[in-house]
Amino acid sequence: MRSSVPSVALIAALGIVFMAIGTMRRGLIARAQSKPESTAVNIDNFSFGPATLTVPIGTTVTWTNRDDIPHTAVSTDGAFKSKVMDTDEQFSFTFRKAGTFPYFCSIHPKMTGKVVVQ
Amino acid sequence: MAVRKKDGLEYDHNNDGVDRRGFLKCMAWAGTGALCVMQGGVLKSFSLSQMSQMGSKPTSASELSFVQISDSHMGFNKPANPDVAGTLKAAVDKVNALATPPEFMLHTGDISHLSKPEEFDTVDQILKSATPKDIFYVPGEHDMLNDDGKQFLERYGKGSKGAGWCSFDKKGVHFIGLVNVLNLKAGGLGTLGHEQLEWMEDDVKHLKHSTPIVVFAHIPLWSVYPEWGWGTEDSAQALAYLKKFGSVTVLNGHIHQIMQKVEGNVTFHTAASTAFPQPQPGEADSPGPMKVPAEQLRSVLGITDVNYVRGQHALAVVDSTLA
Repeated sequence: MRSSVPSVALIAALGIVFMAIGTMRRGLIARAQSKPESTAVNIDNFSFGPATLTVPIGTTVTWTNRDDIPHTAVSTDGAFKSKVMDTDEQFSFTFRKAGTFPYFCSIHPKMTGKVVVQ
Repeated sequence: MAVRKKDGLEYDHNNDGVDRRGFLKCMAWAGTGALCVMQGGVLKSFSLSQMSQMGSKPTSASELSFVQISDSHMGFNKPANPDVAGTLKAAVDKVNALATPPEFMLHTGDISHLSKPEEFDTVDQILKSATPKDIFYVPGEHDMLNDDGKQFLERYGKGSKGAGWCSFDKKGVHFIGLVNVLNLKAGGLGTLGHEQLEWMEDDVKHLKHSTPIVVFAHIPLWSVYPEWGWGTEDSAQALAYLKKFGSVTVLNGHIHQIMQKVEGNVTFHTAASTAFPQPQPGEADSPGPMKVPAEQLRSVLGITDVNYVRGQHALAVVDSTLA
């Protein structure tokens, strides 16, 4: 009777290990198959869309200004800084480090967004 | 044409200037064809149909007359106004036709749309035909793109301090030009900055309390609509330095519409653009250019004529459209 307690624990532990492996495999397969969901940020009506963009390391993000007024995309910590984008002009930046990169339009500072690099 | 009483709004105030606690707000939307006149502590709002009744009355006894133009956005070519050079020329014609010739002009920024040399050149060329030869400029954010205002300073900043702030006196009125479009912080509003505020404090320290003060800057120095960035973070500090003065007139641009507010001794006023209108606060998805039918465009653009009458508490501020 005393030995049954360890066996139950062992089975449970094995179960957890298998489940964990399964989850990891699914994760790996998903990562290998998926492309970054979006690498584009559009500027419409004085706002960045999406306001938060999550991308893998190495992704090039392109901002496009679709307003009638010029805008910029400037990282608050100096990681990147676009020139002024007039209507339909673009700016691209490749994120080679993981982290969260908040940015704003230096002409209209109420416009803010962030890129999360994983 | 008979003046109907109901067309006019009249607010009487004590004429003591400093102690008035009344809060008065008069929003004269360019689109409704109204204008505000501030004279002797009495604010009157007129419909445009009454303009002929006013004639040159506010200017007849004035000792100093000057004009404010704003937001010419040279280089802008979108549907809201494909001919900003044409409307700037119309603004100059309006200035040249004023009953009392103005002594000088103020341009409260966004001279250009994209800070391109040729845009500034075009504005300079058009303004050459204006009767007043002296023009004082403060930059808008569109004039400081890509070079933090280096080009603006070279062209318009002679004799100015720092990023282009300046002060001068005309017939007993002290003028202060401020720059609130540089070093803007994420999520924030217009900014004057510590250095400029210190300079301003020093600039007004030795002036008599009776000196009329005119402050001009691009972004409004009052909180018009912070959600759209229409305000200046540290304007309260600047206004604190002006508390001792009996008459303070603050002239701004940036929001492309006429708005006026009187608070204590300070009259805040924003001028119409000469290029394109922008929506009323919160009335659109964004503060972008507002498209109006072509035949209405000139009725929502304009110039601002300002007159100082010695002995009067406040300066008379008269807006007129380009229509």
